[in-house]
Formats: sequence, C-alpha cells, structure tokens
Amino acid sequence: MKGEPMETASHEETWVERFAAIDRITHAILFTTFLGLSLTGLPLLFADAPWARTMALLMGGYGVTGTLHRVFGFAMLFCFAFHVGRVVFRLYRKRGPTMLWGPDSLVPQPRDLFQMYDHFMYFLGRGPRPQFDRYTYWEKFDYWAVFWGMGIIGTSGLVLAFPEFVSRFLPGDVFTIALLVHGEEALLAMVFIFTIHFFNGNLRPEKFPMDTVMFTGRIPLHELRDERPAEYERLVREGRLEHAFVPPPQRRLDLFGRFVGAIAISLGLVMVALTLIALLA
Amino acid sequence: MPLFSRFTALTGALVLLALPSLAAPTKAKPAPAPTSDDCLACHSDPEATRADGKPLGRDLGTFAASIHGQGGLACTDCHADLASAELPHAEKLAKVDCATCHSDVGEKHAGSVHKAQSCTGCHGTHDILPSSDPASRTAHANVPATCETCHKQPPGPAGRGKSVKDGFHVGKVLAEYGESAPVCSTCHGAHDVLPPKDPKSPMHHDQVAATCGACHSDVKETWDTSIHAQMIASGRNAATCSDCHAVHGMLGTEGMPLWRVAATEECSTCHASKAETYRDTFHGKVSSLGYERVATCSDCHGNHAIRPMEDPASMVSAENRVATCQKCHPGTGANFAAYDPHADPHDRERNPVLYYATIFMKALLGGTFAFFGLHTALWAPRSLKDRRARRAAHEAERQASKGAGDQGDGGRA
Repeated sequence: MKGEPMETASHEETWVERFAAIDRITHAILFTTFLGLSLTGLPLLFADAPWARTMALLMGGYGVTGTLHRVFGFAMLFCFAFHVGRVVFRLYRKRGPTMLWGPDSLVPQPRDLFQMYDHFMYFLGRGPRPQFDRYTYWEKFDYWAVFWGMGIIGTSGLVLAFPEFVSRFLPGDVFTIALLVHGEEALLAMVFIFTIHFFNGNLRPEKFPMDTVMFTGRIPLHELRDERPAEYERLVREGRLEHAFVPPPQRRLDLFGRFVGAIAISLGLVMVALTLIALLA
Repeated sequence: MPLFSRFTALTGALVLLALPSLAAPTKAKPAPAPTSDDCLACHSDPEATRADGKPLGRDLGTFAASIHGQGGLACTDCHADLASAELPHAEKLAKVDCATCHSDVGEKHAGSVHKAQSCTGCHGTHDILPSSDPASRTAHANVPATCETCHKQPPGPAGRGKSVKDGFHVGKVLAEYGESAPVCSTCHGAHDVLPPKDPKSPMHHDQVAATCGACHSDVKETWDTSIHAQMIASGRNAATCSDCHAVHGMLGTEGMPLWRVAATEECSTCHASKAETYRDTFHGKVSSLGYERVATCSDCHGNHAIRPMEDPASMVSAENRVATCQKCHPGTGANFAAYDPHADPHDRERNPVLYYATIFMKALLGGTFAFFGLHTALWAPRSLKDRRARRAAHEAERQASKGAGDQGDGGRA
C-alpha cells in the first residue's frame, strides 16, 4: 500500500492520527469561546458603527452581551490554563527534549525561517515546495499568536473586569491602556483568524472549503506524504509509521466538523465584513 | 338671471332714494352714517352677489355673538370709511384699524416682528371672541393651533423643529394643567413678539434663562452658579436652557427611553472634542450601544450647576473627584480617580503612554496583516496553479490506466 499514488480521500485508504482527542477538544473549546467573545465584543469595539446597536440588541442588549463576554472570557482562560498545565505536566513527565526542540516541537527554530524563505520562493515559482514536517512555520505562528493573544487579551480583560480591585495596586491610567490593548489585540486576533487562519487551514485551494482534521484528528496517508514529506520520511525511517495508523474517521464526526466549520467560517466572514464597514464608515 | 336683476333693481332704488339730496346739494347736512340695519339690507341676503359674482352675504350671526357684537358696536365703528360713504359703497374698503380703540396693543404690535401681519390673522374678523372664551382663537389652549396656521414647523435650531404639540409643554403639560401650562405666547410674548436676535426678545440667547426661569425658578437659581451662566453674564457664548433642552420638541424624561444617552449629544454640540474622547472610553462605548447604566457627561460633571475643574466646588475638582467616582464605584480611591476619562491617543503631552501604545498597536496590526496579506496573496494563485497541474496529471494517468484496463478486460473477455 505504501508508495502507491492516492489522489482522493476515501474511507478505504490508510489514515494516520495528527491531533489527539485532548487537543481537538481544547481547540473546540477555544474556537467556541473565541466566536462567542468575538460576537459579544465586536459591537462594543465598534460602538459607533451603524450596525453596532442593532447587533447588540439582537443578542439581548449590552446587559446580556457584557455578561456573556465575561462568561466566555473566563471559559477561554480556564481552557488556556488547562492547556498550559498540560504542557508543563508533559514537560515534567517525559517529553521534555522533543517538546522543546526538534521536528515534533512547536518552538520556532532556524529551520522555520529557511522554510518560510523557500515557501516564498515556491510562491514565485523559483523552487519546489519545502519539505514540511509535523508543524509548519505558519502553524507555529498561529499557535504562538494565540498564546500571546491569550496572555495580552486575557490580562487586559481581567483588568477591565475588576477595575475597583486592580486600582488598589495600579494607577488609573492602566484602564485606558488595557482598553486600547484589549480592543486592538482582539481586532488583530479576529481578523487574523477569520482571514489568514481560515485561508491557511480551510479556504486555500488544497483544502477548500474546509479541512475537518481538527474534528476527526485524522489525515489520509497520502496527504501526510504530500504535505509533510519530512514527517513522513521520519516516521518511515524510525519505523513508527505503522504505529500511527488509525481507522478511518467516523463519518458522523466528519459531518459534524463540516457543519460546525461552516457556521464558524460564515460567522467569521460576516464579522470581517462588519469590521470593514466600521473601519470605512 | 333673477339674482342680478334683483340686485340691479335694488341698486336702482337706492340711487333714486339718493336723488333728492343730489338735487339740492348746497344746503343739505352731510348724509348720516349708515346704520347697521342699512348694511344688513344687502349683507344679510345669502343670495345677493356683487357684480363679479362674489356673494354679498356675511355670516353675521357670529358677529352678534362676538365680543364686539355683544358690546353693541356698529359696522361703521370698525369700517370707519363707510361712515361717510354713499351706498352702494365701493367694493374695496379701507383696512380696519383696530388701534383706533386698542391703541396700547396697536403700539406693541407696530414694534413687533408681526407688524406687517394684521390683527385678524390671529384674532379673526367678525367672530372675535374674548380670550377667556374657550372657543376663542386666542384662548390659552388654542394659542398653539392659532400660531401653527402660519408656523407649521415651529422655527428652531436644526433638528429640533418638531411640532410643538409633540413637545412636553404643549403636548402634555397643557393637557394636564391647562391655564398654568406654557403655550407659545408664554415664552415668545403675544402682540410684541420680537425676533430672537433682538436683545429685547425673551428668546434672545441672553434672555432665555430668565424667560424659562419665570416658571423654573429653582433650576434658574442653580444654573446661575454654573460656568455656563457666568460666561453668558460676562458676555461670552455658553449654553443656556435651550441649548441642551430641545426647544419646541422638548420632552419629559418620564417614559422616554435612553434620555440619559441622548443627553450626551447635547453636550457634544459644543464640546465636540471631549465627546470624541468620551466615546473612546468604556463608558462612552457602552452608552453608544444604548445602555444607560454607565457614566454619561452629567454623572461626573453635574447638569445645571456645572463648574470648571479648577473650581474646588466642581464635581471633577481634585478635591471632589474621588467622591464623584465613588458614586458608581464604591470603595475606590485616588488611584482609581487618577483615570483619565478623556484620554486622547493623539495627545503626546497629556497621555504619553497611550500615545506610544497606540503607535505600537497600529504597527503590530499593520505589520502582521501586511506580512500575512502578502503571504496569502502569493500563495493563493500558486496553489490554484498547482492544483490544476495535479488534476491534469491525474486525469492523464486515469486515462492511461483506463486504456490499459480496457485492454486487459478485452483480453480477459
């Protein structure tokens, strides 16, 4: 079976696991709370936009959206805390070296810079597609951008949620800065996720209209070989490939992923449109 | 034409009656003024018409009921030019001069903005009733309707010219309180209405507070202590009652949703830059969404008695600031009150940290989107091209294998 050309995904072919269940659940909580925070935060960020008051009223008015925003915010921060706890636990237990450096690590490495350069050369037709491994440079950027965003938006959000308490230790100016940073970072996160991340993960021609790997956790073997040849070679070389084989994804899970994904992508693109209206108005 | 013939017959008869006096003009005394009965000989006939066909009859029942009719005035008391006219009189009569009797009112009217308008426009003609009569055009409750015959949209600052009947004073107070409620004339005057630009007008910017204060004396007293009042008193331009309270469309706050949010618009008419920085704050953004439980201008600055920040009695003075914040944020102190509710990201002197943080954020967003925008813009076409090439290769392969398969099948068959 290995080495035979397979062009289309089918349930008869070989599949390999890419994301463990725990990572998929973390991502699901992350994007659910992210969409909730975006929907409830956008009217406040662009409070002067022609659509802002209507959008807030559709969700029950600011009294409701303000509360929902805090609920989603805390849920996201708990999700973040769980993830960081899990990373620290795994570092402590066993996977230290491979988590911090090497092809299975999300830590940016010199190789990522070279691959980014090669990728641009490939865009321009001046070279082959780089031999990507388990995590590409743009995937690492997505991960750390969210990591940084969580820290910045989460901290400033907490400052804004508990101003009386915070003012015991910090001067009043901190609220002005917190509001600016919270809003601008959120704008960056929203527009980035709803355009760049959606394109990289779902909308680009190879994946269009979406990739359900974050729901099913599995990719066909041929996709691993085509898109991540370095990882494929590595698994073969180390004799680990067969250990990565999994049954085909459940059809139900795949459909669920397509359904949820369609909603998320639609909501995201609508919010990008609303953002453009607000910025151009 | 029976009507016409009757009219000509009547005219002929009158001319004949007048002939003897014409025949002996030298010794005769001037003809006696026609009595009201003489007038009624023609003007009570509902079918009589003038030469041009217009009806001669007057609805004189209303005159009998009018204040002038009740007072026993004769037609010629007002139509003075007819007292010495020969009948039938000319079609065009001289204008009735009400000031002959109402000389004090006439004087006021002659100096008013309405001096070119006649008394009859507001008071009517034969049917004038005293203002104390509820049916009178000038009865208290009827004044707004009478003024609206000309002033369909009451004049006023742009966007505030709603019908005075929709407003609080005329729409609600008048219905509930009758005589004691203000109508047009309460504020503008009646016979002596002056244009608002006239310094003597009760509607002149400098006089508005005194005019409103005639009823709202408590508010006027409070307002007199404000920076707005002091500026006006010293001849400078500042907000008086009507600048914040929409003049004719004046609304009551009861049952009016979002009036606290709407009130910020009034302040921003003059304090535009402050309104802009307020809109950038959490308070401003939330109130823009139509939520009232956050601080608007008056929560921190007060309303009628607004004082400048430098005044120790001001709500936002260094002395009172903490207490003002504590109204909504109990338990907070100087750190909290040091918050700048009008921070300006463009003002490096006033808000240096915000100024540089704003530049940093703009650079971060601009840089990220510029890089990944380019990344995507280059990737998308390349990706499409690749996919087309892959599909073509796949198709060729499929055709080749199909051909081989057909051969194989054929061989098997």
